[in-house]
Amino acid sequence: MEQTISFTINDEQRTMVIHPGQSLLELIREDLGLTGAKQGCGVGECGACAVLVNGQAVDSCLYLAAWADGKTVVTVEGLSQYGELTNMQKAFVEGGAVQCGFCTPGIIMTATEMEARDRNYTEADIKRALSGHLCRCTGYTKIVEATKKGLENVGKCSCDHE
Amino acid sequence: MFDIAKYYEAKTLEDALSYLKANPDVRVIAGGTDVLLRIREGKISNAHLMGISFIFALKTITEDEQGNLHIGPMMTFTAIEENEIILKHIPILAEAVGAIGGPQIRNVATIGGNVCNGATSADSASSLFCLNARLKIQTADSSRLVPISEFYVGPGKVILQPGELVTDIIIEKKDYDGYTGTYKKFAQRSAMDIATIGCAVILKHDGKTISDIRIGLGVAAPTPIRCTDAENIGRGMTISPENIDAMAKATITNMRARDSWRGSKTFREHLVYELTKRAVKKLVGLPEEE
Ligand SMILES: Cc1cc2nc3c(=O)[nH]c(=O)nc-3n(C[C@H](O)[C@H](O)[C@H](O)COP(=O)(O)OP(=O)(O)OC[C@H]3O[C@@H](n4cnc5c(N)ncnc54)[C@H](O)[C@@H]3O)c2cc1C
Ligand code: FES
Ligand code: FES
Repeated sequence: MEQTISFTINDEQRTMVIHPGQSLLELIREDLGLTGAKQGCGVGECGACAVLVNGQAVDSCLYLAAWADGKTVVTVEGLSQYGELTNMQKAFVEGGAVQCGFCTPGIIMTATEMEARDRNYTEADIKRALSGHLCRCTGYTKIVEATKKGLENVGKCSCDHE
Repeated sequence: MFDIAKYYEAKTLEDALSYLKANPDVRVIAGGTDVLLRIREGKISNAHLMGISFIFALKTITEDEQGNLHIGPMMTFTAIEENEIILKHIPILAEAVGAIGGPQIRNVATIGGNVCNGATSADSASSLFCLNARLKIQTADSSRLVPISEFYVGPGKVILQPGELVTDIIIEKKDYDGYTGTYKKFAQRSAMDIATIGCAVILKHDGKTISDIRIGLGVAAPTPIRCTDAENIGRGMTISPENIDAMAKATITNMRARDSWRGSKTFREHLVYELTKRAVKKLVGLPEEE
């Protein structure tokens, strides 16, 4: 049984035929060839598959492709404009928050959602906001620092700095 | 690929109810964080699903003329946490749903799914028990209101029959007005973990006496429960650390905790005593720890 959906992916309008059992992650990686989002656990625990749906980070491994109908999806590939990384991406690269990089595209999406929200973040808020992501390499300190830096750039960080 | 044989997207509430009536084998999927997990684990196969996330009528929170609150079952936890009506009248619910999973889960998981899934560990349930929430359950031909205390019938089991949909969660003004509340969750990790014990307390007090109190617990029994014995001791009680301690000890009589890998029965009983005590002390303005 097939179904047709129309949605926006990284600023491009697409109409696609999907299978009802397809996850959004499978649609993005296999049908659209966008391999930034990763399949880690497949059960909503690690956040490697996070993408933005209507501006909110969701674990695309546990989200039906059918639900993207009429919505706007952004993956890590859709963040840079004219070949220039976003401030948040730069903060991760420059802050050494990327080692093997498997967790990075997902974490960047959550951090990007934070950037867009109308609020300020303390360090505790940042840790809580990143709690749906696992990283096996960095030990998190540099990820939290980079997120802080990225949020500082848009005036959304209220952490204490030494 | 999920093992889904057939998927139907309901457009309106009427559409959903008539599809449920015509297809007794269909399973409702809300945010899918429980259903898709069970499909992934192979506990559900060849699924026939009906999605309800495009039904706008199930995604609102309103306060009616009587001051009663109506929470649409398709409200996500993020939406509840940020909702002005919730924050103004029943912040305990925002606190409770804020303790669930991580942000990506809270962005899709719904309160209706949390309750209908039937888990005793559902973080929203103990607060809804304290608030005497009632669930509106509809079929294509009928509608009934069920107190949440009668909704759960066993571990993972609720009273929903084929064809039925929860369409509203109602909290009456008399059940929240003048109360303050808090939710305490104990889990092995501080985030992304299922509760070992969930403890919700709401109460009314004037600084000297507690005039009313309700205590709801998750994972203290096969279903969420209220601690009526402790509540009876607490109602009309003079506020003092000793009295609060004695009341918190009485929570044990309503518990039917079990041993599991997350915690032993004895540990759970101790947690409930400790969390109840701390919650009450916090609400009446006493230091939580001795
Ligand atoms: C990584 C992860 C972490 C989690 N952490 C927590 C946690 O900390 N605390 C917690 O409580 N839960 C947790 N959960 C469990 C889950 O997210 C919640 O129970 C969630 O609220 C389920 O909502 P849903 O919308 O995703 O439900 P679904 O999976 O769509 O549905 C759940 C059940 O409810 C039924 N249903 C849904 N809506 C209705 C309706 N309106 N009428 C009738 N039946 C309906 C469905 O048929 C199904 O049986 C976690 C899950 C994951 C994957
Ligand atoms: S792959 Fe989706 S959360 Fe781990
Ligand atoms: S950088 Fe390797 S998992 Fe995070």
